[in-house]
Amino acid sequence: MIEILSYPFMQRALIAALLTGLIAPAIGTYVVQRRLSLLGDGLGHVALAGVGLALLTGTAPIPIAVAACVAGAVVVEVLRQRGKATGDVGLAVLFYGGLAAGVFLSGISGVGAGGLAQYLFGSLTTVTRDDLILVGVLAIVILVTTLGLSPQLYAVATDEEFARTQGLRVRLYHIAVVTLAAVTVALAMRTVGLLLVSALMVVPVAAARNLVRGFTAALVCAIAIGVITAVGGAVGSFYIDAAPGAFIVLLAIAVFMLSWPLPYLLRRRRAAAVLPEVVDDDQLVAPHTITENHPHQHAPGCGHPAVQHGDHTDFIHEGHRHAAHADHYDEH
Amino acid sequence: MLLDASTVLAAEDLTVELGGLPVLRGVSLSVKVGEAVALIGGNGSGKSTLVRTVLGLLPYQRGAVRLFGSPLRSFRQWSRIGYVPQRSMALLGGSKVREVVAAGRLARRRPFRPLGPGDHEAIRDAIALVGLSEQLNADIAALSGGQQQRVLVARALAGEPDLLVLDEPTSGVDLEHQRVLAEVLAELLSKGTAVLVVLHDVGPLGDLIDRAVVLSDGRVAHDGPLGDLGQHHRQFGGHEHLDHGRTAADDQSEETDSWLGGAVEP
Repeated sequence: MIEILSYPFMQRALIAALLTGLIAPAIGTYVVQRRLSLLGDGLGHVALAGVGLALLTGTAPIPIAVAACVAGAVVVEVLRQRGKATGDVGLAVLFYGGLAAGVFLSGISGVGAGGLAQYLFGSLTTVTRDDLILVGVLAIVILVTTLGLSPQLYAVATDEEFARTQGLRVRLYHIAVVTLAAVTVALAMRTVGLLLVSALMVVPVAAARNLVRGFTAALVCAIAIGVITAVGGAVGSFYIDAAPGAFIVLLAIAVFMLSWPLPYLLRRRRAAAVLPEVVDDDQLVAPHTITENHPHQHAPGCGHPAVQHGDHTDFIHEGHRHAAHADHYDEH
Repeated sequence: MLLDASTVLAAEDLTVELGGLPVLRGVSLSVKVGEAVALIGGNGSGKSTLVRTVLGLLPYQRGAVRLFGSPLRSFRQWSRIGYVPQRSMALLGGSKVREVVAAGRLARRRPFRPLGPGDHEAIRDAIALVGLSEQLNADIAALSGGQQQRVLVARALAGEPDLLVLDEPTSGVDLEHQRVLAEVLAELLSKGTAVLVVLHDVGPLGDLIDRAVVLSDGRVAHDGPLGDLGQHHRQFGGHEHLDHGRTAADDQSEETDSWLGGAVEP
């Protein structure tokens, strides 16, 4: 460990890995909560267009990749908010357009598509001092936002309508989250690479949710897992001469795999409790209460969860149970 | 419509179309300080659409909404509103009960400021009121449906609102806790809080209701004391087809309801 710190390039590599491990799960928590786990992956493709442009113009790649990525993220979010991104076709066009533009631009710049490899898979040991300053400043912005605005971002990510009745500007918060995710993706292209950065936004979060209870605890735990795997992977890859980006992601997945079995065994009894409260039949409703008319025939796979109830099957419909009886449904 | 200082919610001649289909057709509704108004009607009658529209969650094509005297568009005093949506745990799983309820304080908090002592107290009190103090740190996904519903009520109560809007708050809740909710609401009403509640079954809340507004097919079919309604309305929330069979119009409105249920999910 002392030996590794004597190389300036490794000092920079470790700081870059540490910062990536901090910010990717911090913003990833909100991205995963909104079920946008693959957003980071798509934005990685868009960032590549920025890299291609930088290679063509001979400028520093990170700032241009950040700009391209943020622009792509905002376009995707605005399309989503206007309900135009359904079917994911718009997203796919944007993402593959980014990839194609990146390869195309790097080709005509004379570097060739091979020059993109260090951005696709990371190149931790070539991080420069200027890169580090930019990454450091943006990492502070991301951490201050994701931790300081945690109550607001939490509300917006978990219950958008309720957040609106609290006077929160929901659209603005959504744009902030995807913008910060885009910045994270672009910054992480040096450490784990554009193809793997999404893993560092998602996997530590998934592992943390298995290990601890509660949103805030999971946020903190995910950041801890991110830092440990990012720094551990960077150090480990130095000693076994492996690709740091891949090693970091494999370590994170190992933590995720380990996070599974124990809580599963501990919490198995929870599974039974997710059904709506079973109320004494004679307490809440008369023994034979006809339910409201129901627009479709309940059947396995109709979208309403089926529950075995004594000798027959009930279907859960908006918090109460429907049981077929002659030509109507009873409340059970 | 007469507007005076005691009117906290006033909707006039509201017309709402969703996906090109009319859901509300010229609905007017008002709630005064300390008044409890029940919204009753069958599936697809527009109850949820109405409460979501007056809270600014759905756009309306015609009419006007005023909250505490301000037009909805320029209304900013959101800390005066408490909203209990229909139970949907889609994205809340993984949160502790306390975290969910704490979100009810957001309208009173400034960004980048931690919860103050007053916030903590309001959150604790709200959870105690719905009888979930022992589940403070439980994962909301591990609770029963009725308990989850009570968490959503606590979240709205934590904001100490002047107008409480509840969308089927008794759905899946056992009779004992429906009575608890009735007591909580009675106390709030006595302090001047206004209550607008969508009800499927009137149940123990019936005694509190000052006025019942019955919606049918997007129009107000009745606006007056609950006692003026027939017995079956009290019990079944206005399911006319119980009396005279299923009609084509019923089928139509219910399909609209389930279709909307799918379309307006966030």
